[in-house]
Amino acid sequence: MKVVITSTAKILADPIDMHFGRAKVFILADTETGKAVAHDNAQNLHAAQGAGIQSAETVARLGAEAVVTGSVGPKAYKALQAAGIKIALVEAVCPGTEALRRFKDNELPVLDKPNSEGHWV
Amino acid sequence: MRGFPAIAIASGKGGTGKTTGAVHLAALLAAQGRAVQYLDCDVEEPNGHLFLKPQIEASASASIPIPAVDAAKCTSCGKCAEVCEFNAIAMLKKPLVFPELCHGCGACALVCPFGAIRETPRAIGAVEIGCAGAIAFAQGRLNVGEPMSPPLIRAVKAKRIPEAIALLDAPPGTSCPVVATVRGADFVVLVTEPTPFGLHDLHLAVDTLRPLGRPLGVVVNRADEDRRVQDFCRARDIPLLAELPDDRRVAETYARGELLFDRLPEWRGHFEKLWACIEERL
Repeated sequence: MKVVITSTAKILADPIDMHFGRAKVFILADTETGKAVAHDNAQNLHAAQGAGIQSAETVARLGAEAVVTGSVGPKAYKALQAAGIKIALVEAVCPGTEALRRFKDNELPVLDKPNSEGHWV
Repeated sequence: MRGFPAIAIASGKGGTGKTTGAVHLAALLAAQGRAVQYLDCDVEEPNGHLFLKPQIEASASASIPIPAVDAAKCTSCGKCAEVCEFNAIAMLKKPLVFPELCHGCGACALVCPFGAIRETPRAIGAVEIGCAGAIAFAQGRLNVGEPMSPPLIRAVKAKRIPEAIALLDAPPGTSCPVVATVRGADFVVLVTEPTPFGLHDLHLAVDTLRPLGRPLGVVVNRADEDRRVQDFCRARDIPLLAELPDDRRVAETYARGELLFDRLPEWRGHFEKLWACIEERL
């Protein structure tokens, strides 16, 4: 299964980014092979609005079936739901490797509604 | 001057006296027997009506066109999402529309190769017109929670009467709603106050408005010994139209929702001078 971990940097062992829409990096990890590839999300980091929507599109395009992150806003949630992408939550910053392990072990709660307010400028 | 100019009253910082300036200029011109229209473009919180107390004669709903996707015709090609500047359409398994982000530009309907996008109106507020004595009155009321004000501001401005001097009461800030208000105005009055905040936001307002090429001037409201706004205007070559004194009685009259001229006749003089200063620049 392919899963995206929101990350603050390009290596899976780096701390995860707790924000979905404006995450610095998406790390696409394969739960079977353990292979992890970093994808830059810089263009959304600075989007005025709709960052979460664009991020959801990116994750869908990467072919991920799940996202592991800290918080997801209302529009990103709607978009991820429409794409059929599962959202798993970590409650605090941890290395991406640990987040992935906990996801594989089904230790992370699955989000069933947005857990963050939208951001307006 | 040309016959019937449109004058926008803006500020940058909120609470500096835009509405006070606009309603008193309207009252002054009407008292002089001139045709004048007050248009409240601060559609998120229109308050000119509190002072002018107009009779509202007509109200019409205002809307913007948003896309509705015909699932039978859509092939999920993604062109609509690609063209949208505002991230209002996400291409997931099917296009997903976020109405609150849509600016109603119509690009998605234009680029759809299959004619699968139809535009449907989404109500954002209302435009009201009427009169306050001899002053023609128009205002927009944006729906609560609605982020998209420029289309409503344009709908208010569409109510402009060509045979009257138009006073456009702008929203605070320096973003799209202000630009929508000021666009096409013959002159922009920037009302500010002698505080670091007033100066800071005046700076932003000047930088926003200068590229629009509208002539502008500054009114310092509640003027005191702080001369930094005046220094800024001199350095940037912006005419100082008036310095209105700090007067507690003005605040008291304002708080009662009354116009100044009856109780404080010397204030008529301040606004006569201000108008003369504006008029000679038109």
